[in-house]
Order: sequence, then structure tokens, then C-alpha cells
Amino acid sequence: MSDTLAPEERRAYWAVVDCWTIVRRDLTHLVKQPSLVAWQLGFPIVSVLLFVYVFGSSMDVGEGVEYKDFALPGMFAMTMSFGFMNTAIAVVVDKERGVTDRFRSMPMSPSAVVTGRGVSDILHAALDLAVLAVIALVIGWRSDGSLLGTLYAFALLLLLRFSLIWIGVLLGLLTPNQESAGNLFAVAFPFAMISSVFTPPSAMPDWLGAIAMWNPVSATANEIRELYGNPLPLGDSWIEQHSALMAVVWPLIITAIFLPLAVRKFQNLSR
Amino acid sequence: MTASGYSVEAEGLLKTYGDKRALDGFDLAVPSGTVYGLLGPNGAGKTTAVRILTTLIRLDGGWARVGGHDVSTEPRQVRRRIGLTGQNAAVDEIITARQNLEMFGRLFHLSAARARRRAEELLEQFTLTEAADKQPKDFSGGMRRRLDLASSMILAPEVLFLDEPTTGLDPRGRSEVWDAVRSLAEGGTTVVLTTHYLDEADKLSDRIAVVDQGRNVTEDTPAGLKRAIGGDRIEVVAAEAADLPAVAKTVARVASGGAEPETDAEERRVHAPVADRVPALTEVARSLQDAGVTVEDIGLRRPTLDEVFLTLTQQSEDKSEAKSEDKEESAA
Repeated sequence: MSDTLAPEERRAYWAVVDCWTIVRRDLTHLVKQPSLVAWQLGFPIVSVLLFVYVFGSSMDVGEGVEYKDFALPGMFAMTMSFGFMNTAIAVVVDKERGVTDRFRSMPMSPSAVVTGRGVSDILHAALDLAVLAVIALVIGWRSDGSLLGTLYAFALLLLLRFSLIWIGVLLGLLTPNQESAGNLFAVAFPFAMISSVFTPPSAMPDWLGAIAMWNPVSATANEIRELYGNPLPLGDSWIEQHSALMAVVWPLIITAIFLPLAVRKFQNLSR
Repeated sequence: MTASGYSVEAEGLLKTYGDKRALDGFDLAVPSGTVYGLLGPNGAGKTTAVRILTTLIRLDGGWARVGGHDVSTEPRQVRRRIGLTGQNAAVDEIITARQNLEMFGRLFHLSAARARRRAEELLEQFTLTEAADKQPKDFSGGMRRRLDLASSMILAPEVLFLDEPTTGLDPRGRSEVWDAVRSLAEGGTTVVLTTHYLDEADKLSDRIAVVDQGRNVTEDTPAGLKRAIGGDRIEVVAAEAADLPAVAKTVARVASGGAEPETDAEERRVHAPVADRVPALTEVARSLQDAGVTVEDIGLRRPTLDEVFLTLTQQSEDKSEAKSEDKEESAA
């Protein structure tokens, strides 16, 4: 059917079809190893249970806010920010096994290798969020926001995850092998934790609190709390007052920087 | 088959990484329908050459055509005509063997139905039908390699590149892969394989290029290479170590060009190059019998590819050392 198309149209057609072929492969991974989803969600779930039930009793986030209403949206944001590890590891595995080289030696659309990764990661992230939302509901968390606001909050979470795909692709291409990919956790952990995910930055030492406030993860976490109608104690610094704006701007900045870097790194594989 | 009769042609390939010249004037001409071995030590540039010929990396100089198309200006045309099996079995370990082949078929832009049919054919051809619905992570090394080869054969490529296809396989896995390569070659596929196993190059290849330091040192049939390196040798194994000097003296009489026979005392073996094969053998046998020397074994031997390889790579090292010495001298 593609034979009737002009060359550029044909290229675009195959870019989409090839991307979908790659996405189908990644979805098959999820079906073949559902335990993988469980493992990847294990960390956020365990940590939220720890924070809510173990530390939660002594956590005072102020203004009579229930800690779990503060922590559960934080868990959503944390899971999204850890997501770049999943991207990076998937990229390293394909690179190390030679699958990336096989793709590159084939007459398929070269962009599909990267776009396929992106689309599957977003679908994977949406699945993660669905599972986490169910767990949150069981614990007793509720969104008091409007339906539209709640959906927008999930969209913001996916937007954050989308921007981190490109950091993941870049790190995956820079990482020599699977073993060293585990070290990325040393980056992921502070990136997710030095933020407003589990504790308000105002309770941190000033210098650390400033870093936490300006962390993109905080902007998303604060804004979704707002949208879920989970009242939140915020400082009056500019950054904390503008989380609605920054929850959109941060992911756009990250994408604008790291998407070109990731694509360039991918093209430089042929150096 | 291309107009030139060569499926792969390359001239003066250059590839540098920083100061290091991975390829330094590499030439190649692979006749269509043959199995062509690139033999060389690690770091000789074999893999770099294959990666350039399969459009994975760009060349810094020279030109290369694969299946009649230029790798630099027509990479898409080249990709339609090649299959690549790299150093790792490049298959997805989690989806099944069949799903792998169907996925690669779709990415080669076959229709869903054709991709399914082709997967079925390839599973049969590479005797993987029984394992079709299992995950490659549970496969043996040889099976995984066969699936890897099958994935390279989706479009029945004109040229199949195999980069160290049996590295890391047990003997059984190696012979499985060898059988698969042979049957592909019988089907008319041109095969370019790199290896540092000499027996592999010897057994599989119609022609061999010895690669060292980024260029090919020589190129010939396996038999031709062995001939070129000094022809046949006569070899005598004495029953008693005490007889070795006498044996050496006798062998010296027939050695070509007055070459000194070499003696391996531990194995009680004396050998020397000979020109006139059978007369030399008969003469040595008769003289030794007359002298009352008991011989355990006597015969004519072609040099092994190991010897060819070592001699050739040694020569190219000597040459480059001589070159750098020249430079130092002229600098002084």
C-alpha cells in the first residue's frame, strides 16, 4: 500500500509503522514478564508504605494536612522521575546485545528506534500510574479535584516522564554496559528525593530546600497536589508560587536540551 | 550478482579513532557466491571493516560498494542487500523466536502475512521449529546463534556478514553454525566472515584475506596461502632421541635451497622444507633404513594455516618496525 506514496510520504509512513512494530515488541515484554512491572513498582510502593505508615506518624507537614494526602501524589511524581532509569536500561540492553546495531543495519526507518522507545515508555508509565492509583485508593487517598483537573494532573506526570525519556536515552547510550547502568541509581535517588516528594522543602536546611524547590520533580509534585485538591503547605518563594507554570515549563526545557543531545548521540553511533 | 562479479569491493578504506588508525588502506574484493574469510588477530581492523561495509559506521577515506551500491551514498540500498550477524546474538531474549523473526520481517517491511510465512520458513531452515515459541534466553549458545543467523536472512540477502560468528560457542554450537553457513553458501549467498580461529577460516572459506594493522597483508585460497608460505615440508619422527643428529644430517641432504633442518628434541621430530616431494621422501626413507635408524613416522606435510598466519603477521610487524626505525634514522 505504501507503493502509491511519494518518497517523503513513504518515509513518514514507514517511520510510523516501524515505530509501532518496536512498540508492539516492548508491549510483548510486559505481557511476557508481568513480574517486571511489579519489580519496577516495588520501590515506590515500599517507600510510600514506609513513609506513610512508619515515618508518617511523626511527619508533620503542617496546617493539619494528612500525611498520606501529601505523600501519595509525591509517590506518583517519584515513580515518573525514576522512570528514566527504565529507559536507560532498555537502551543499554539493546545496545549491548547488538540489537541496536541490527536495527541500524536494516532498511527500516532510523528514527523508529528512538521514537519506538519513547512511545513504549509513555505507555509503560501510564500503566505504572494506573497501578499506583489503585494502590493509593486502597490506602485511602482520594482526589478532591475536578475530573478534568485530576486527568490534567496525570497528564502532567506523563509530561515529566516524557521529558525524562531523552535523559534516559542519552544516559543509556553513554553507559558502557548493563552492570554500570545500575550505578545510575546514584543519580536517580537524589534527583527524586531532594524534592517535595516526601517532605516539604521548607522543612529542609535552607540550601538544600532551595535545591529541592527548584527541582523539576517538585514543580510537578506541588502542582498535582493542587489539582487533586490535596491542600499543601507551600512557601512564598517565586518557584513555589508558580508550580502551575513550572510543571509545564520544566519538562519543556528538559526536552529542548536533551532530545537533541540524545538524537545526536544516536546519530554519532555511526562515527 | 553484480555487474562486476564482486559482491563486495573496497579500496583504500581509512578509519581513524583519535591517533589510532583502525583501518589504514584496507582493500577487499569478494567474488559473488563465495565464502570469504577475514582472518587476523584482535584489533587488526576486521570488525571495523565489517561495520563500515554494513553501513554502521562512516568511513574516513577510500570507497566501498556492497551489492553494487556505495555504502556512503546509498546506505539504504546496501541495507536491503545485506544481513549482519555481529559478535553478540542480536535477538530479543524475551519475546519468542517466532516473534523475533516476525518483528524483523515487519521491520524489513514485509506484510504481516509474509512476515509470518517467512518466519515459518526460516524456523524450519535453521531447525528451530520446535523451539519456535520459546524465549531465546533459554536457548543454548548455538541455537541463539542460529536464530541470529535466521534474523539476518529475512530478505535472503545477497551478502551475509558474520563477525566472529562462533566466538564463545562450545564445539557443538560451532559445528551447528558452520553447517548453517555452509548451507547458506550452497544456496548462493555471498558470505564475508571474520574470525580469529584459523581452522574456522580454513574449513569455511573459499578465499581468505589475512588482516593485520588495518590492512590486508595477503589474499588467496586457503591452499594457496599455505603453498605461498614455503610449500611442503618433510617430517621425520625418530624412535630414539640418540638418532636425531643422524636424521638431521640425512634430511639436510634433501632440504630445498640448502635450508637447515629444524629439530624438535622433545618430540624427536626433524623437519625441513622440500621442493621435489616424493623423490626426497623416498631418498630419506632409504638412507635412514640403510643407516639402521628406526623411524616412528615419516611424511610430507603442508604448513598449517597457523604457520601461515604467524609468518604473515610477523612479517607485517617487522615491516612496520623497520619503517619506524627508518623514520628515526632519518630524523637523526
